[in-house]
Amino acid sequence: MKPAVFSYHKSTSVEEAVEWLEQHPEGKILAGGQSLIPLMNFRLSRPEELLDITGIPQLDTVSQTDGRLVLGGLIRHQALAEHEQVRRAAPVLAEAASHVGHWAIRNRGTLGGSLVHADPAAELPAAMVALDATFELVSRAGVREVPARDFYLGFLTTDIMQTELLTRVSIPSADGTAFGFAEVARRPGDFALAGCFVEVGQDTSGAITWFGISGGPERREITWSSDAQERAEAILEQLDTVDILDEEAYRHHVAQVVAEEAYRKAVRGIA
Amino acid sequence: MNELTTVEKVTITLRVNGEERAVSVEPRWLLSDVLRHELGLVGTHVSCEQGVCGSCTVLMDGQPTRSCLQFAIQAAGSDIVTIEGVTHGEGLTPLQRAFAEHHALQCGFCTPGMVLTAQALLDKDPNPDEESIREALSGNICRCTGYQSIVDAVMAAARTTQSRVEED
Repeated sequence: MKPAVFSYHKSTSVEEAVEWLEQHPEGKILAGGQSLIPLMNFRLSRPEELLDITGIPQLDTVSQTDGRLVLGGLIRHQALAEHEQVRRAAPVLAEAASHVGHWAIRNRGTLGGSLVHADPAAELPAAMVALDATFELVSRAGVREVPARDFYLGFLTTDIMQTELLTRVSIPSADGTAFGFAEVARRPGDFALAGCFVEVGQDTSGAITWFGISGGPERREITWSSDAQERAEAILEQLDTVDILDEEAYRHHVAQVVAEEAYRKAVRGIA
Repeated sequence: MNELTTVEKVTITLRVNGEERAVSVEPRWLLSDVLRHELGLVGTHVSCEQGVCGSCTVLMDGQPTRSCLQFAIQAAGSDIVTIEGVTHGEGLTPLQRAFAEHHALQCGFCTPGMVLTAQALLDKDPNPDEESIREALSGNICRCTGYQSIVDAVMAAARTTQSRVEED
């Protein structure tokens, strides 16, 4: 099928974009379009007004400020996966970005688009929750900073308002916490059946952030044990607090497997 | 706005296969459809229209992208290469020759997307290992399932290009 009729506006500055959003309460933002356009092609989504933000300069940059890694909302997934600074400062994020869709999708899809679309099986929202990122949301009223851990409210639902634009994401430098990432998908590039990020602190503290198993990122704090049996029990205890959707028993099993795999990667320092 | 509203077309300029092309488009027209129906470049195939199959893959500023997952109006000012543009003039590229020699196509529907993706990979990394080739092509579906022959062809093309570079 083909998209329904819409009117198209291209913005070249954040100021102009937020002004447009204010004036178009039904308007929808188009960034990389790798989730929105398939929905429009099948007319599951029929926005009447689109604001293309891909022409806004300076939103595709990576920088380091005050010990934080700052990422623009328009960074393409492939650029995130390959960026030297990202690979150094947050290797687990670069690794996760390389698992988003396929190469051609990653060349077009944007960080901000994925974070705001909030597909429960997407890697990047969960990565931001694990990395304790803060999102910069800009509207005509000003700038609002929201921690990723407060941003995700449920299936495809976030704290962003219609008049807001996600412009930047900032990630604190690692405080010695090791991160690991693992996911299981039926075919490379498919949405994961289950995936997770783990944090392993310098003591036994840590956390697991699962994705793909429920309505959004699920972060649970955990005390890690070096004993595999004890660790399996601790993982299970946390997993049992998550309300798993679809194919519950199987997904539950895969979620356990990825948690252990991600833990091992974190401990071995290979993201 | 309803379905009967007259839609105003916008004239945009695309650089396609090295040539500036002015075309009048509705904002909702996909790049894949504009390439095929307005510019007659029917080598860009269209199948799933949801980014899964890879048959509509074109190179945009050198990078493989799905032409069915972008509006033509967004591509204004970009440099696009379709399968018609991979050869300069007559003949086949070493990669296309390798596809022919290694039986890397049966029905041919996926071939333009496969060739463009593989070409972009070879441009980025002239000597990829098998795993990188498989990873790069994982976004292109071949329903004749001739994947091994396709991987063989890309590896052979890489070797040909490499030996030529070494000779120079």
